[in-house]
This record gives sequence, structure tokens and C-alpha cells, in this order.
Amino acid sequence: MRKTFVNSLIQNSRDNKNIYLLTADLGFKLFDEFRSRYSDRFFNIGISEANMIGIAAGISLSGKIVYCYSIIPFLIMRAFEQIRVDIAYQNLNVKLIGVGGGFTYGLEGFTHFGIEDLCLIRTLPNMTVVVPADPVESNFFAQFSLKHEGPMYIRLGKSGEPRIHEKIPDIRIGKALIIKEGKDLAIFAMGSMVYKGLQIVDMLSSKGFEATLINMHTLQPFDFDIVKQVASQFDIIFSIEEHSIYGGLGSSISEVLAENGFNGRFSRIGISMLNDYIGDTEQMLHRCGLSVKELYNKIYFEMRK
Amino acid sequence: MKDLWCPPKGSSEDAGLFILRAVISGGGYYKVLEYAAADLRDRIIQMEEMSKRVRVSILNMIYQSKSPHIGPSFSIVEILIALYFDAMNISPHHYWDSQRDRFILSKGHACPALYAVLAERGFIDSDVIKKFAINDGLLEQHPKRDLSRGIEVSTGSLGHGLSISVGMALTGRVDCNPFNIYILLGDGELNEGSVWEAIMFAGHHCLNNIIAIVDYNKMQALGFTKDIIDLEPLAEKWKCFNWSVQQINGHNFEEIINALNSLSSDKPNCIILDTVKGKGVSFMENELLWHYRCPDEGEYYKALQELEA
Repeated sequence: MRKTFVNSLIQNSRDNKNIYLLTADLGFKLFDEFRSRYSDRFFNIGISEANMIGIAAGISLSGKIVYCYSIIPFLIMRAFEQIRVDIAYQNLNVKLIGVGGGFTYGLEGFTHFGIEDLCLIRTLPNMTVVVPADPVESNFFAQFSLKHEGPMYIRLGKSGEPRIHEKIPDIRIGKALIIKEGKDLAIFAMGSMVYKGLQIVDMLSSKGFEATLINMHTLQPFDFDIVKQVASQFDIIFSIEEHSIYGGLGSSISEVLAENGFNGRFSRIGISMLNDYIGDTEQMLHRCGLSVKELYNKIYFEMRK
Repeated sequence: MKDLWCPPKGSSEDAGLFILRAVISGGGYYKVLEYAAADLRDRIIQMEEMSKRVRVSILNMIYQSKSPHIGPSFSIVEILIALYFDAMNISPHHYWDSQRDRFILSKGHACPALYAVLAERGFIDSDVIKKFAINDGLLEQHPKRDLSRGIEVSTGSLGHGLSISVGMALTGRVDCNPFNIYILLGDGELNEGSVWEAIMFAGHHCLNNIIAIVDYNKMQALGFTKDIIDLEPLAEKWKCFNWSVQQINGHNFEEIINALNSLSSDKPNCIILDTVKGKGVSFMENELLWHYRCPDEGEYYKALQELEA
């Protein structure tokens, strides 16, 4: 997914001399081609994320589009106050590319998990927040980010994400994509959880429960309408995300539901407790109830209540 | 205040040719008419007069709005005047010019001094100054980006400005655009780690279009810098990071103007200003209290009397 994104940048940078790319010394081999073709517009800032964000602000104040790359906790949390003041407050054309959403860097441990980023970033003014679910969406958001004036956070996994869309879908910023339609329950999913959601929907279908699956690729601006619409049609709703249940997708949905008098059952599924687990991505997801099997068990159990 | 297009200092180029070139390239070199004409001695006399007016304006802004930070505003008056009336290529009538020099007040809390000097230079009206730090006013206690008022960057959180100047410097280099970036830091601000990230980066990349100026008034919010985090040897530190360093009296126009005319062309430049916090009012000078305190009525008139003497 990140390779798709960077390839799109390389293609566009040939004609658009305003594109600058900064990294805080991460992305081994990822930027070799960009660097060799556009060496004057690529900077390895060094291991200094706060400095990278400030530099990006300065570059964009000269009318350029700046992409900043790092692993999520370093990019978003280490430099959060620089993002808040220099980028969001001043509404600058800086795009933050965070890699390692959720447990992408499983065995690297807690320091490398990207599980609180959405909670922080969605509170900032002027910030557009997107979470592509597959390489098709990643490519779409890369193109979109070039045209969009203003700050943006693009939350990526790393590599090897399966393709969800057969054809290129009609993606619109701030408008959720309905992937499957069913009448018994609704599932909101985001990023890596969309593909898992598809598998769960099939499993539930075999047990006689027909689910609607909604891909919430944009967290900011939030699609309030789809949540209200779903609330009026369903009595049971789930959200699944590879992020803390505090402050991310589930929280955003529950805010809308609570304020609109939803009377049914809503369940946030995401990361709530870590309990010092050690494991690779799949193992961590399994331990936190986010593997296909665990997700299915949880939802099926709720449906039978 | 009239602005004049003229060749940069030290240029042997014919003025007419320079203007022609500036028009073709879409940018100009701007000077204040009265100052460009006068010789150094006369310019300095005018600037000294102006520094009194600016301090009175700061005192009024702070007294009327009951704002803090009079001490750190008074310590940067001379450098701001020298930048806006002598060194920088800027004009309120061409504030969008891509070749303009940039100024960043990284110690944003001292913005009353910046607003007062911007008003002198014609960037903001005196009416706007009256709307400083009041409800539904126009100017905050930390500057908000507004190019038409000559404010390039929003600041107020310390340790941000130098990185931003580095970003501007990189685009100047890539685009072969010869503007300079003047950035004014507080000495206490140098406690921030991000400043040193930017110092390292600018030194490594030899960003000679950056002129970082440190207001070394030796005090920060809760005490003397030497007691909180001793910065010494400060000049040596910048030198070690591949910067060209000058250390001068920050209240002496002649020294300031000379320093701004003696910049290195192959390294980033640092000018350390030895200054006095609260400069200009005897009972505020070197008194920590005046970092935050706003003068009461008695103190206001006493200060006014000293400044207008």
C-alpha cells in the first residue's frame, strides 16, 4: 500500500515540480527512485520528527506541497504539537503519511504500534483524515492529496494488503462506501478491517444473518449522514477498527448515535487492552479480538442474544 | 512612509538596470526612501528616535490590554527596527512578493514589539494596534499568520521558528530565489530540543540564507538562564554546529547594522544580541518581575516619563 502511494507520487512529481518529500530517516529503499529522479526535492531530515514538521511548514509557506513520512507514533505523537500549530492551525498544504497503522509492526512492540493516532489527529482543525483499505484506495488518496489544498493525514499499513475493489470504485472524500448490503445488521469498518469485514459477512451469511458492510475510509470530515441513515434502518450495529476503541472510528460513530437518540445495540470492536502480549501482526490481532475468527465469534454471539 | 526600489547594498549594478531586472524577474528590492537616502549616522539618529516611539507604543498596548511580556518586548526593539528599516527587503505595498525577505518572531510572546514596528513600517494601521489583546480584537498576544500585515508565521509555542525558517531556506535554494530568512529566538527558547535539531540540519546543509538572531537577555520565565539551563559557551555551541557567529550589543544600532552587513555567504548566520530585559525603563531593566507584570497606573506614568525623556 505504501509502495502504491509512493509510486503515484513519483509519477506525479515529473510534471509537478512543487512536490517535496521528507522523511525522518525511515522507509528503507522506499524512496530510492524518488530520490534519484528528484534529488533537489527529497530530504532525509534525520531522526528528528519535530524538525521535519517545522521544515514542512516552511516549505509549504513557499507555495509547495510537502509529504512527510514516518512510522505513526513518531510522526503523529512525537511531533503532535508541531502538527497542531505549524500545520493544522496555519492550514498548510502538508500531507502526513503515517505507516504502521495498528499492529503492522507487531513484534517490534508497543513503541511501534499505531493505535492512538486517530484519536489525536481527528481533533485538529482543517485536518483531513483518511484510512485506505487497499492499494486501489491508497492510489486514489495519493491522487486526491495532490489536488486537495490543506493538511491531510493518510494512515497506511505497510505492504501486502489484499485488494478489495475489483473495479475502481466511486470514492468521495467524507462519503462512506457501502461494500455489501444486508438487512439484519450493519458493520462499520476501516482500513485493514474492511477486508476482514468481507470475510465475516460471508461467514454470517452462511448462518443466516445478512450484514451491511460500510467502509469508512474518511474519518475527517466524518460522514454523519451514513451513521444516521444506518441508525434509522438497523437495531444492531458494530464498528471494527485496528485502533484503540477510545477516540477512533467507534467513538466517532457512538457520538453520532448518542446525539441522535439511537435505541438499538451498538458495539465498538477495537483495541482496549494490550496485557503485555508479544506477537506478530496476526497474533496481536487475534489476542485483541481482531482476527477474523474472533471478530466472527463476537458478532455471531451478539446476534444470537 | 514611501518605499523605493533600489539595488542591494554593496551592489555596483546600475540602479536602472537593477530595477529592470527586478521587474522582469517579478520581484524588487525595497528600501524605505528616507533611510536609503540618508547616511549611516543620520539613519541611526532617526532609528534611535523611532525606538523611543516604539517603546511607548509597546507600553500603551500592554498597559491598555493588561497584557504580560513587556520585558521581553523591550529587549528586541532595536533589532526589529534595524531589520525592518535597514536590512530586510520588504514592502507593505508588495507584501506578497516571492523575493521578499522573511521574518519569523520565534519568541512570539514579544509580539507587541513586532506590532509596533510593523505599524511604523506601514504594515498595520494604528487603529489595528488599538485592537491588541482585547475581546473581539484584531491582534493576539501571540502573532497569527497574516501576510498583508507582514506576519509570516504563527508563533507562540517556543522552539518552532527555526525549523520553519529551514523549510523556507530550502525552497529558496531549490528555486534559486535569493531571499533571506531572519528569525528571532529567545535565549530561554534554546532550552527546546527542536531548536537544536534545526541548528544541526541548517549547519549540515550550509543554509547561508538563514540569519538566526538570539535575544540574549539572560533571563527566562522563572529566573536567570545561567541558573535554569546555562547556555554558555553559547557562541561556541553554534560554531560547533557549523554556523557563523557574531556576538554584539543588541541595543546599539551601529553594531547591529554592521553585523547584518557582515554575514557569511557559506554558512548559516547566528547573531547573538547581548540585551537587557525591560530595556528603556529603569525599574524594569533586569527585573524578572517584568516578564509577566503589567504596569499599574503609577508605574505606567513613571515609565512613560522615562521613555519620553
